[in-house]
Amino acid sequence: MRDTTDTTDTDTALLSVRGITKRYGAHIGCADVSFDLFPGEVMGIVGESGSGKTTLLNCVAGHMAPDAGEVIFDTRDGGPRDTVTMSEPERRMLGRTDWAFVHQHARDGLRMGVSAGGNVGERLMAVGARHYGDIRDRATDWLTRVEIESARIDDRSSTFSGGMQQRLQIARNLVTGPRLVFMDEPTGGLDVSVQARLLDLLRGLVRDMGLSAVIVTHDLAVVRLLADRLMVMKDGRVVEDGLTDQVLDDPQHRYTQLLVSSVLQA
Amino acid sequence: MTDRDYNFAYLDEQTKKMIRRAILKGLAIPGYQVPFASREMPMPYGWGTGGVQVSAAVLTPDDTLKVIDQGADDTTNAVSIRGFFERTAGVATTTHTKDATVIQTRHRIPEAALAEGQVLVYQVPIPEPLRFLEPRETETRKMHALEEYGLMHVKLYEDIARHGHIATAYAYPVKVEGRYVMDPSPIPKFDNPKLSDCPAIQLFGAGREQRIYALPPYTRVESLDFADHPFEASKADHPCGLCGATDSYLDEVITDDAGARMFVCSDTDHCEDRQPRGHRGKDAA
Repeated sequence: MRDTTDTTDTDTALLSVRGITKRYGAHIGCADVSFDLFPGEVMGIVGESGSGKTTLLNCVAGHMAPDAGEVIFDTRDGGPRDTVTMSEPERRMLGRTDWAFVHQHARDGLRMGVSAGGNVGERLMAVGARHYGDIRDRATDWLTRVEIESARIDDRSSTFSGGMQQRLQIARNLVTGPRLVFMDEPTGGLDVSVQARLLDLLRGLVRDMGLSAVIVTHDLAVVRLLADRLMVMKDGRVVEDGLTDQVLDDPQHRYTQLLVSSVLQA
Repeated sequence: MTDRDYNFAYLDEQTKKMIRRAILKGLAIPGYQVPFASREMPMPYGWGTGGVQVSAAVLTPDDTLKVIDQGADDTTNAVSIRGFFERTAGVATTTHTKDATVIQTRHRIPEAALAEGQVLVYQVPIPEPLRFLEPRETETRKMHALEEYGLMHVKLYEDIARHGHIATAYAYPVKVEGRYVMDPSPIPKFDNPKLSDCPAIQLFGAGREQRIYALPPYTRVESLDFADHPFEASKADHPCGLCGATDSYLDEVITDDAGARMFVCSDTDHCEDRQPRGHRGKDAA
């Protein structure tokens, strides 16, 4: 297990989140959330519906402007930069190069009327690829890596099953070689055997590519498999955080204890 | 024959001023879609309300107007718009490309080379080239602002994946001066090369969509493509049946119930100009 006690060393953090707060009128979305994410590390965020985990993810990923706080990302060219105050073109550029976002519903992250190859190729073309043959080769390669038959490259993504759509979404996101992946309930709505294969695939990709990831889920089994560290959210605040196994095996906060004990034992 | 009950060229002066401001802004930012307060015109949307408003705003009493519809001067749309301006503006009209100072067109660029001092006004149904891929206007405006044009190539990619070549034959997307991606209106892609480095001013009006955009003279306009599937201007592989031209865009005309057909120049002025000069096609009477 990786040593995570040295989290004060922000020089090497890939992502430093500081005091992110988002309010919806009088209601709190998330309040004063801070964490660091190091290269190659996977952070899980768990909590029940309405606990603010998706709001937090959207604020960190730049889909939503937080009311307060900083999201400092260690950019390739410019070193650590606050992505909240960064100009929108720069932030969107990050969003299609170094960052990736896997949506809970594949139809939010895919173009359903476009073929699988077109979906995977879009990010390449968005960063300037203009050679059809090369784009197609890379799309084929990625479809194979996420276990989609390359013969289906020209099928529209709407003709794919739920699990395949989710894998296609992952291929589409990873094709530009991002360093940081945000995932919002990546296994939500899939049946268990499909979930298991997807988790297996994700775990392999994270290891092989040395990806850092922030995964939001309400499924404790998902974080146990994928996440190195865990944050537990309740009513917009972080109530407990630490190493995944430590938090799940020895929960300290009352709410975490409730969450862990609520898992059905098969 | 001018109808004095109308202001010159139908629209009131304030409206023309507003449209001219939009045109000037369009010319200053080539390829950028300028919103304007499109008026109700005495014709249905989709029949050239945008083009008519732009023409009305640029016409002066000294102008000579030509109106073409798919290249032809004698089709319903062309005849009625020409009649409309004869009546409301009293301007001279012509069918000869080289005699006209303002040419309103639907879906073609004349074959004869345009010259400095001429204005070509296009009727545009859907000004947003990204519309069929991204339905949200808020999103497409952002994509233009931030130059995020990857999606445009997705459309061309899909064409090649499905048909083996870029099958988009009209309204073929172009990039203006290396910046804005623009819909050239539904002209055949055969006409795309004529957009670039054109000595005439090119104005585009979309009435229902309330947008005006423009290309100043000698603007660089490139058709989008892939390195291994380059842009190709295409036409029917025949000579014109009437004038024998091999370099003009052709219409296919079915001539009887047995499927007999002939190919003729879609630009009627070009064809009629050539025939008296001794150019004869195989179907010429």
